[in-house]
Amino acid sequence: MKNKILLMGNPNVGKSAIFSRLTGAKVIISNYPGTTIEFTQGQMKIGDERPMVIDVPGTYSLEPTCNAEEVAVRMLNNCSGVIINIIDATNLERNLYLTLQLLEKGIPMIVALNMWDDTKHKGIHIDVKKLEKKLGVPVIPTCGLTGEGINELVKRLPKAKVVKKQPLSKNKIWEKIGRIVAESQKLSHHHHTLLERLEDLSIKPLTGLPLAAGVIFCAFWLVRFIGENLINYIFNPLFYKLWLPLIVKLSNFLGAGTFLHNILIGSLINGKIDFGQSFGLLTTGFFVPIAMVLPYILSFYLILGFLEDFGYLPRLAVLVDNFMHHLGLHGYAIVPFILGLGCNVPGALAIRILEGRREKFIAATLMAIAIPCMAQIAMIIGLLGPRGGKYVAFVFLILFALLILKGLVLNKVLKGTSPELLLEIPPYRIPQALAVIKKLWMRLAAFLKEALPLVLLGVFLVNMLHYLGIMDFIAKLFAPVFTTLLGLPKEAISSLIVGFLRKDVAIGMLGPLNLTTKQLIIGSTILTIYFPCIATFVVLIRELGIKDMFKIAIIMITVALLVGTTLNLFL
Amino acid sequence: MEINLTQLKPGESAIVKTIQGGFGFINKIHCIGIRPGKKIKKVSSHFWGGPQTVEVDNMQVAIGFGMAKKIFVEVKE
Repeated sequence: MKNKILLMGNPNVGKSAIFSRLTGAKVIISNYPGTTIEFTQGQMKIGDERPMVIDVPGTYSLEPTCNAEEVAVRMLNNCSGVIINIIDATNLERNLYLTLQLLEKGIPMIVALNMWDDTKHKGIHIDVKKLEKKLGVPVIPTCGLTGEGINELVKRLPKAKVVKKQPLSKNKIWEKIGRIVAESQKLSHHHHTLLERLEDLSIKPLTGLPLAAGVIFCAFWLVRFIGENLINYIFNPLFYKLWLPLIVKLSNFLGAGTFLHNILIGSLINGKIDFGQSFGLLTTGFFVPIAMVLPYILSFYLILGFLEDFGYLPRLAVLVDNFMHHLGLHGYAIVPFILGLGCNVPGALAIRILEGRREKFIAATLMAIAIPCMAQIAMIIGLLGPRGGKYVAFVFLILFALLILKGLVLNKVLKGTSPELLLEIPPYRIPQALAVIKKLWMRLAAFLKEALPLVLLGVFLVNMLHYLGIMDFIAKLFAPVFTTLLGLPKEAISSLIVGFLRKDVAIGMLGPLNLTTKQLIIGSTILTIYFPCIATFVVLIRELGIKDMFKIAIIMITVALLVGTTLNLFL
Repeated sequence: MEINLTQLKPGESAIVKTIQGGFGFINKIHCIGIRPGKKIKKVSSHFWGGPQTVEVDNMQVAIGFGMAKKIFVEVKE
C-alpha cells in the first residue's frame, strides 16, 4: 500500500470525523460546511505500516471556487497514494459528481458511504453492492460520529483500485450519475420528524428571527451564568484557599521589595497580596488567565460547541444575510465573527471561507476592531462589572455601533460589491455529549498552551520595563496624547504596550491605576480597538498579505484615537 | 409557466428549467444540486431581497436573491 491516504469529499460530509477515527488525532468537527480550511494530517497504524492520512478541505468539484477548494485540488494533483472518497449517503446524487471526477484521475480509490445511520430515518435505501459494481471501486457504509463501519473501511483499504475512466463532459457525468442513482437507490416516504419541523421554523423569517434572538439571548445568558458560577464556586476558592497560603509563605520568605519578589509576587497592595493587582508572575500572571478568563472561555466554547454540532450556525447566517450585505459581507461572515468572540485567532483563520479579497479585508477589519475575544470580554466584565452592569453594556454597545458604522463606511468606500450567499444548510443533529466535550477540551488546551505563556511573558515584560525605568520614559513620551486626548493617566501606556501581546493582562493592568468609571470605559474600549493581539496579527498577515494588514493597522489606530477622544469629550 | 426562483412562493414546488449566467456560476449551482429537470421546493424567502431557501433532494440550500433570479423554474399546474 502507498504511504499517503487522502480523505476527499463534499463539504460537511464528515471527513474530519472519519479522519479523527482513523488517526486518533484531535481535530475540530462541526456541523457546518467549511470547518476544515487547511488540510490536517495525521499518522495511522495498519499492521506494520504507518501511512499518512490527510484531511482535505471539502469541495464540490475539481473546479475550485474558493481558497479551501483550491487547497483540495492542489493536494490531489501532487498526490501519490490512495483516496478515500467520503460521500454523504443521504445525498448520493450530488456527492457522486466529485466521485466520478476523482475516478478520472487514475488514483486508487475507495468510497466511504458516510452518515449511513441517517439514511434509515430519511427513507433512503441504497443497494451498496450495486453501487460498488457501478462505480468499480469498493464502497463501505460508515458512520464517522459513532465509528460504525470504520474497521471495515480500514480492512478493505488495500482493495482500493484504479478504474480506467475516459474523461466525460459535465453533462455526460450528470447523465451517468442519474443512471447510477436510479439503479442503486430507492426512496420511501418518511414522516417529518420533530427536528425537521424545527429546521423549517428556524429558517423562515417570521419564526426564524424571533427564534434567533431567543437563541442568542439564551446563549449569552448561559455563558455568563456558567462562567460566573465557575469563578465563584471553583476557581476563586481554588486560588484563595489553596494557592494564596503558598504564595504568602513564598512572599514572606523572599521579603517584599526584593527583585525576585517583584517579579514573582509583585507589589503588595495595602500590605497584602492582591491577585488582580500585585502583578507578579505567580499572582496576577496565573490568576488572570486561569481564574478570570478560563471560566468564560470554558462556558463560551461549551455553548458554541453545542450550537455548532446541532447545525444552527448556517441558519443564523441565512437570517442575518440581508443585514450583513449592508456591511459589505454576506451572511456566512457571521461564522468567523462568532468564532472570533471566543478567540480572534480561529476567527481570523475562518475568514478563509469568504470568497473575495474585498470581503476578507472588510471581515478582518471589523473583527480586529470591534469583536472582543472572550479573554477581553471576561476582563471587561471583571473590571467594569463591579462599577455597574450598565457600563459593561455601554462598552459592548460602542463596539457594536463601531462594527456597523465601519462596515457601512467600508462598503461605500471600497470598490466592488459583496458576493451573494450560496450555502448548503445541513440538517439538525442532536449533538453527542462526548463529541462536544472532546471539542471543548481541545479548545481549552489550545487556550492554555497559547495564552498562558504570552500572559506570563507580558507580566514579566512589564515588571522588567518598570524595573529598568523604560516604562517611565515611554509614559512621559506619550503623556500628551494620553492625558489631553484620551483623559487617561500616563501610566496607562503600559497596558497598551502589553495589549500587543495579550488583551486580558492589558485590561487587568488598568485595575491598579485607580481609574474613574469614565476612564475605565475609555481604556477598555481603546484596548479592544487599537490593535489585535500578536497571535491574531500574525494570522491576519498570513491570510491577507502585509499590504492589506498595514492598511488595517492604520485604520485601527485612527479609529482608536477618534473613539477615545470622542468618549473623553462627551462622557 | 416559467418563472424565476424568487417568484416561487414558499411551500410551492417546481421543476428546474434553465440557469443563466457564466460558466463558473452554472457549475457552482449544478454542483450544489440544482440542475435542469430537478424538482425544487421553496422553503422560505427572506425580506427585502434576502436569500431564498430551497430544498432539492432532501437537502436545503440558501441562495442569494440575485443568484435566485437567474434560476428559472416551471410550476406544474
